[in-house]
Amino acid sequence: MEVPILKQGQVLIATFQAALSDADLNQLRSALVQQVVRFRSRAVIVDVTAMDVMDSFASRTLREIAHMIRLRGAETVIVGIQPEVAFAMVQLGLTLEGVATALDLEEGLAYLNQKFKIMK
Amino acid sequence: MVKRDESSELLRELVAHLRQNRTQLREEWVGRISETRLLTAMTKEEIFAEATSVYDSYVEALETETFEALQAYARNLSERIIPRGVETHEVVGIVLLLRDVLARSLFAKYQTDFKKLNGILDAYEPAANRIANTVAVGFVQERERVIRQQQEAIRELSTPVLQVRERLLILPIIGVIDPQRARQLTEQLLRGIRTNRAKVVVIDITGVAAMDVTVANHLVQTVEASRLLGATVIVTGLSPEIAQTLVTIGVDLGKMNTVGDLQGGIEQAERLLGYKVMALAETS
Repeated sequence: MEVPILKQGQVLIATFQAALSDADLNQLRSALVQQVVRFRSRAVIVDVTAMDVMDSFASRTLREIAHMIRLRGAETVIVGIQPEVAFAMVQLGLTLEGVATALDLEEGLAYLNQKFKIMK
Repeated sequence: MVKRDESSELLRELVAHLRQNRTQLREEWVGRISETRLLTAMTKEEIFAEATSVYDSYVEALETETFEALQAYARNLSERIIPRGVETHEVVGIVLLLRDVLARSLFAKYQTDFKKLNGILDAYEPAANRIANTVAVGFVQERERVIRQQQEAIRELSTPVLQVRERLLILPIIGVIDPQRARQLTEQLLRGIRTNRAKVVVIDITGVAAMDVTVANHLVQTVEASRLLGATVIVTGLSPEIAQTLVTIGVDLGKMNTVGDLQGGIEQAERLLGYKVMALAETS
């Protein structure tokens, strides 16, 4: 199942669904990294609200996405990490250092708006 | 087999003796208790009433050689006297006193017949020791149960997650943090961040006396997990001792935002949230 990537102004929004295979995650990663330059986006929001468990592959992919997007000249905001997931990730040592996070999509957009003034 | 019959016959004789001299021995025992200043938390009448039932259960346990009834009684007694501050040494002390008082009376009764005295003591001592053991164990078990109960109560009181301003939470932590409480704290905080849509959290640990490696690491993890939810954490009130411990054990506090006291923490949080608090006089 492919993850849809929405374009909203200068922001790309990708929403994780509950069950994503490793192949889907890899596909999402390459799609995002390509499109961020194609659409001249300044930021990517990855919404993981639907994921109530996050395995190490998924978290690692998240971090890779964030770092690759930065190398491509944009910023990533991860939004909607569930409390249980957050703590499990930290215990696994996956703290997404250097990656911006926000409570939900709305917060993520507000953060980007404040930072880049891109919504207007 | 013969020996056993003989022993139980001696025990019967012993029990009869103890029943016969119940009033006198009991009084002597109570006298010894107040002499040695045990059970000071209880009044004389109470001691006498309890002594009577202890004495009767004691003799009954000797007679039947079963300890269930005595065990139940010991538990019941402990339940009543523990809240009044009776200590373990007092309970063990009074049971040992009773053992001594009874042994003395046996010496007095059989002083002419040494062989018989020996036989009686052979029958009496193991049973008496077992009684003392039963009562002491019963008391300690009850005490441990009370302690467990209190620990749970304290844990339930635990720690509130409070909203002081729109999107600003404070989490004052007081007392000892064990790993279990630390986990509960984290869960509460993360849930609180979600439901209150918090952006900044001030964790105040002024009331925490000491912190070990596990808990310190847990604190760091809590800070990181909060960040994953999009909230910034400010830790305030680190005591010099805790600061020193953390540095010595090498916990990485680089990722943590620390401020000296709670006031400073809240002020910094307000700055992060874009609030400016000023006195009314200054505005007019």
